[in-house]
Amino acid sequence: MQDSLKSTSYHRLEQKSKYTNIFLRWFLYFILILFASYFIFPLYVMIVTSLKTMEEIRQGTLLSWPSGLNLESWAVAWGGRGYGAGDTFLRPYFWNSIKMVVPAVFFSTFIGAMTGYVLTKWRFKGDQWVFLFLLFGCFIPFQAILLPMARTLGVLGISNSVVGLVLVHTVYGIPFTTLFFRNYYVSVPTELVKAARIDGAGFFKIFFKILLPISAPIIVVTIIWQFTQIWNDFLFGSTFSFGEAAPIQVALNNMVLSSTSVKEYNVDMASAIIAGIPTLIVYVLAGKYFIRGLTSGAVKG
Amino acid sequence: MFRWLEKNLPKIVMAPAVGLIGWFVYGFVLWTLYISFTNSKILPKYELWGFGQYEKLWASRKWLIAVDNLLIFTALFLIFCVVIGIILAIFLDQKIRAEGLLRTIYLYPMALSFIVTGTAWKWILNPTLGIQKMFRDWGFENFTFDWLVDREMAIYTIVIAGVWQSAGFVMALFLAGLRSVEDEIVKAAKIDGASLFTVYWKILLPMMRPVFFTSFVILVHISIKSYDLIVALTQGGPGISTTMPALYMTQTAFHKSQVGLSAASAMMMFMAVAAVIIPYLYSELRRENAR
Repeated sequence: MQDSLKSTSYHRLEQKSKYTNIFLRWFLYFILILFASYFIFPLYVMIVTSLKTMEEIRQGTLLSWPSGLNLESWAVAWGGRGYGAGDTFLRPYFWNSIKMVVPAVFFSTFIGAMTGYVLTKWRFKGDQWVFLFLLFGCFIPFQAILLPMARTLGVLGISNSVVGLVLVHTVYGIPFTTLFFRNYYVSVPTELVKAARIDGAGFFKIFFKILLPISAPIIVVTIIWQFTQIWNDFLFGSTFSFGEAAPIQVALNNMVLSSTSVKEYNVDMASAIIAGIPTLIVYVLAGKYFIRGLTSGAVKG
Repeated sequence: MFRWLEKNLPKIVMAPAVGLIGWFVYGFVLWTLYISFTNSKILPKYELWGFGQYEKLWASRKWLIAVDNLLIFTALFLIFCVVIGIILAIFLDQKIRAEGLLRTIYLYPMALSFIVTGTAWKWILNPTLGIQKMFRDWGFENFTFDWLVDREMAIYTIVIAGVWQSAGFVMALFLAGLRSVEDEIVKAAKIDGASLFTVYWKILLPMMRPVFFTSFVILVHISIKSYDLIVALTQGGPGISTTMPALYMTQTAFHKSQVGLSAASAMMMFMAVAAVIIPYLYSELRRENAR
């Protein structure tokens, strides 16, 4: 008697906690999906707006579905309308950005790999200080170097050019690329390098034969990080270039701000998507590496 | 000669990085510092002028508005990013279905530029065709949401867009932190009868102190440097109501040609960042040495 009473009350208790559990679970998913819709909302609005005509935009709401696949604003954003003055479109600036990103990513990654290699496998007295010296470059507010940089680019004769932007992005990427490679190579056992040195392998041979073959993950992290940073940069682009040499973010901003005729939000949104699509694709394809760069660039020092 | 080269090869290979950073970071900051003590207008002058530019800066109404905005923005940006980030991280940590998809959704804004997202938010927040119209069309005739063109409220639209962009990042940091805690600790606490809430509130969150610290440093750093988002969303307007230090600096330098004054504002920003970063680097380095 006593026993069965106890077991039923226990059973009831368990039942109750099961219901609260189910309730909590639903609550959990509700909150998660609520936030997911907050995060997805602007992207959704951008896409549907870019597919509408201006007439549809004035009549519908932000969320309303476009009447069809109307790609005209995409064509206008990418290639213009085909008449002369004031017809700005993104195609040439997209290529500017490509021409800027590829060499800048390459040089900064290469220099970072070499420096990270020396700082971990060819250690010398005071190397910690050299690392700190470089690391501080990750954090300086770029406003503190804008004025002298503008003058330097002028003296070198590369202001308002893609070459100038390649230089700027290479230099200010080095602290990050060094940080990535240094933190990666620290975990590679130094015994490997020592053994190779005894066998008579030199500085470059050790790098190319031992370290480079195992560096694929960190190279991917670094390239993605640098690509995203440089592609998305606006401060340097807008300060050191204008007109035809501008990268895509600057061109996008100019297009959106230009108030020559009636505001065409569908073209604005198509332009914004075009400017964002390369980094978005990289993120979707290699999100794991993107996040690793984000957190290791942040957490470790 | 050859032996010397071989012996010093590592240092030679490292020289470009050290030289470039030495020149383009430290040299340039020192140059800016020097110019901030001169009376430079369009072209830099090199006679020293004392603290005149700093006095001018702190007497400027626009700069005071910029600093005020920075304080408001930083406080709200920090609170919302951290609170949302922690909630999402803890909820995602409950063996959720489609965790990968949700994580991807929360974090994708980080892959986009502030110009792209600023353009989108500007369109969403504009009173004529954006959210305000959406709610009015749904029957809320008196619904008003015109913060973007309201002097008093425009700064909060920057908070909305900024939090949207960066909250996922805090989520990723905390999720990584929570996942690195050993299961035994949680299990032991549960056996002792602690509820899930207690486990997080009393045990796990206090263990996340380094993650709090890191998020704080990164978010403050982002907010001091915030420039693109303001340019894309409000251009500092309406009027000068959403000016922030980074925008003040470039406008003073390149539109008003007040080189000395803008150098002074850049140095104020530099000092603000240094005040946050140097203790951070110091503690990180100590932690690494202690290992």
